[in-house]
Amino acid sequence: MYEQFKTRAEAVSAEVCRFTTKSEALEYLIGFLRREGVADTPQASALWADCSFLEGLDRDTLRQVAGVKFDVTREGASQARFGISQMEWALADTGSLAQNSTAIEQRLVSSLASIHIALVPTSGLLPDMPSLLVRVRPQDCRYLAMITGPSRTADIERVLTIGVHGPDRLIIVFVDELGGTN
Amino acid sequence: MGNEFKESIYRAVNNANLTGALAKFSEAYKSNRAKAYEGIDFEELRGRIAELKSYAASHLDELSAQFQQQAEACGAKVFRTSDPAKVREYILKVAQDNNVKTIVKSKSMATEEIHLNPYLEKAGIAVGETDLGEWIIQLAGQTPSHMVMPAIHMTKEEVSDLFSKEVNERLTSDIPRLVKVAREKLRPTFLAADMGISGGNIAVAETGSIVLMTNEGNARLVTSLPRIHIALVGIEKLIEKFADVATILKALPRSATAQLLTSYVSIITGPTPNPDGSMKDMHIILMDNRRSEMAADPKFKQALQCIRCASCLNVCPIFRLVGGHVFGKVYTGGIGTILTAWFDELKKSEDIQGLCIQCGACKDVCPGKIDIPDLIMEIRRRLVQQQGVPLLQKTIYAVVNNRKLFHGMLRAASVAGRPFTSGKFIRHLPLFLADLTDGRSLPAIAEEPFRDRFSRIKQPKCKEKAAFYAGCLIDFAYPEMGEALIRILNKAGIEVLFPLDQTCCGAPARYNGAYEVAASNATDNITALLREDVSYVISACPTCTVALEHDFISIFESLGLTERLPQARLLAAKTVDFSTLVKKLVDEGRLSLKEGQKLGKITYHDSCHLKRALKVSEQPRELLTKAGYELAEMFECDTCCGMGGSYSLKLPEISAPILQRKLKNIKETGAPTVAMDCPGCVMQIRGGMDQDGAAIKVRHTVELLAEQVK
Ligand code: SF4
Repeated sequence: MYEQFKTRAEAVSAEVCRFTTKSEALEYLIGFLRREGVADTPQASALWADCSFLEGLDRDTLRQVAGVKFDVTREGASQARFGISQMEWALADTGSLAQNSTAIEQRLVSSLASIHIALVPTSGLLPDMPSLLVRVRPQDCRYLAMITGPSRTADIERVLTIGVHGPDRLIIVFVDELGGTN
Repeated sequence: MGNEFKESIYRAVNNANLTGALAKFSEAYKSNRAKAYEGIDFEELRGRIAELKSYAASHLDELSAQFQQQAEACGAKVFRTSDPAKVREYILKVAQDNNVKTIVKSKSMATEEIHLNPYLEKAGIAVGETDLGEWIIQLAGQTPSHMVMPAIHMTKEEVSDLFSKEVNERLTSDIPRLVKVAREKLRPTFLAADMGISGGNIAVAETGSIVLMTNEGNARLVTSLPRIHIALVGIEKLIEKFADVATILKALPRSATAQLLTSYVSIITGPTPNPDGSMKDMHIILMDNRRSEMAADPKFKQALQCIRCASCLNVCPIFRLVGGHVFGKVYTGGIGTILTAWFDELKKSEDIQGLCIQCGACKDVCPGKIDIPDLIMEIRRRLVQQQGVPLLQKTIYAVVNNRKLFHGMLRAASVAGRPFTSGKFIRHLPLFLADLTDGRSLPAIAEEPFRDRFSRIKQPKCKEKAAFYAGCLIDFAYPEMGEALIRILNKAGIEVLFPLDQTCCGAPARYNGAYEVAASNATDNITALLREDVSYVISACPTCTVALEHDFISIFESLGLTERLPQARLLAAKTVDFSTLVKKLVDEGRLSLKEGQKLGKITYHDSCHLKRALKVSEQPRELLTKAGYELAEMFECDTCCGMGGSYSLKLPEISAPILQRKLKNIKETGAPTVAMDCPGCVMQIRGGMDQDGAAIKVRHTVELLAEQVK
């Protein structure tokens, strides 16, 4: 399923990688942020929404090492260049990610930043949307968000252009250790 | 047709930006769509969609009530109304009660249907469209020209002019840069807005959820940032089950933009927290505006199966020439014609329904399985019922309906027409007694019609007999096609009868909404063709074949003439088109073609009625290949040639460019001959080739095969 997901997601301009352990994933993430010039200045900061990946990690160290912030506000999100969140599911047949986005923080970091980094437990891979919809109860999942590639438009002369209102890059990081081995 | 309307067509077909953009898009769309549906059984999928949407359309009240109950249980406020004015008032009241100054909107056709923006703006509230295409046309002060791509008619230069004014900076027409400008300009608007208004692609009764899809991500912001969210949803968007969302989402993005899924899909069930920690004030308006009436109409109920993908626009040969503006302000294209007739008023569809050439391309791709051309015919019929037939047409039908008079006039025309004959063509063919325009030569009326020649044709006596239904064109313009058909069937041991009191198949009257005339034609033909006991009733004109096989029945049904149905069904069962019968005879070994022939390249044009109404496309190709031709397929082989019976007379400004495209596609194959199974297409394409001067022979398959039977 992972290979199918990767093919489909890359076909819509998402960037996909996979790591066995959390620490490998974290190392990659920090390296990526640094390469991309993360800084505590407007339009250069990174904002990380609460998620299970963060459990057991020392946020203070992360703040110092990578210039990441964890208090997600609307102002903070609109200043951030990087938004990091954990998406619960991945749909192999369309290359989509899905998340219970009821908490506004999850939406802010994934919609206002220009680069969205999505951490996904490999066990969250599902074949398709029907298998997702049987898993969620809308009453308990008020805002079910699916994301397939970065924001795009073809509204001017039908020319496909990436990054309108949402992120112009979507980096998908699968982490096996977060659960399962699909 | 009104002058203003004709002018809007003229402007559209002469707008190179528009026709260029639409042509480019529609050409790419076909193959992209096919690719997006790879590995998916489209018929099975649309069967399921049609079923679940049809169920919903029969239970609008129950589902609305269930939706309301569920959504309210989750904390949303639900307002149900049938009146667009009440919708506007409700939204304004919510805005005023909450001291709303600015509103951001994501794309919603329902808000356009009720002209919401001007209403709110008049009350002093700033309304910003955020979908890029909608924002562009809002800045330009225009209306959308396409349901999914509202600004498809504008060039990047025009967009850069608009944006330059907006940001007070001279911008180039670099598209990625323009998109960035839009992002930067709209971001503060999003952050400042007090209210977000969205539509809803789907509303789920079982759970009270609404589904929103965008590629840009604007709906996510519209539903997340402002403290109030109002979703305006037409009740045709209701479905019963949550699981069925996946069914619709499997088709909608593939059909709309050939994507597997749009970048963003949000399924929202009740209010969610705002950035400041408060809960969203969420309102959902379920709007009826004549949708229940539509559901109660046995004919139009199926229009509620529409999922608004706009693929019916994308494949329409007319739409790609004229674009959306000719159709009106809100809903455009084939389905738009139907929705305008209902949500606005029947009268408003008077001009635009005439744009449909009945080629059936939309019906083939509609994921809601809606018979769009048939519904447009029904609009035509109701308009005629309401307003009567125009006088000139009435005269024509009176003539067509009186076989002796009609045939007499056609004979007279063959004599009268002769002075104008230049070679094989004349400039004026009084076939439907109307004036014709340039772009194509028309055939002379044959000096001696088929009906007169028939008695001299010597046929072997055979046990098996078939009745030949010639149709007006073969009878009076192309009698040689009829002779060729007899030669072929005789070789297979079938004797051909030609019942002389057969008359016009009624298509001209039917396609103009004059069902009474068509019914009378049908009755005459049924009597004539069933008089003798024959195995087949064969026709070499697909339009006539469709009439005999399908339309007679549906005309009687819609006029309630049930006593005539058994005979009509009997005729339908015997009716067969030329290529299907001949293919069968060849397969059965009753007919053989000369062997080892090398006849060179040929290309084949699919006639609309043959391919899409009769589902015949392989038979003629196999026969021609078997005869020794080498098939070179043309681009868009099954796109309409622009003939459409009297369509080419009424809307020559549309018919002519469609024909030109067809000629170009034929020429590009390099084949010296183009074959087709319809005398109407022969008339259109042969006439076009003649004017064009290209040395390409335009032949009916019957003529080509008659040369190759053993
Ligand atoms: S009528 Fe069919 S093809 Fe046209 S928009 Fe509706 S669902 Fe799509």
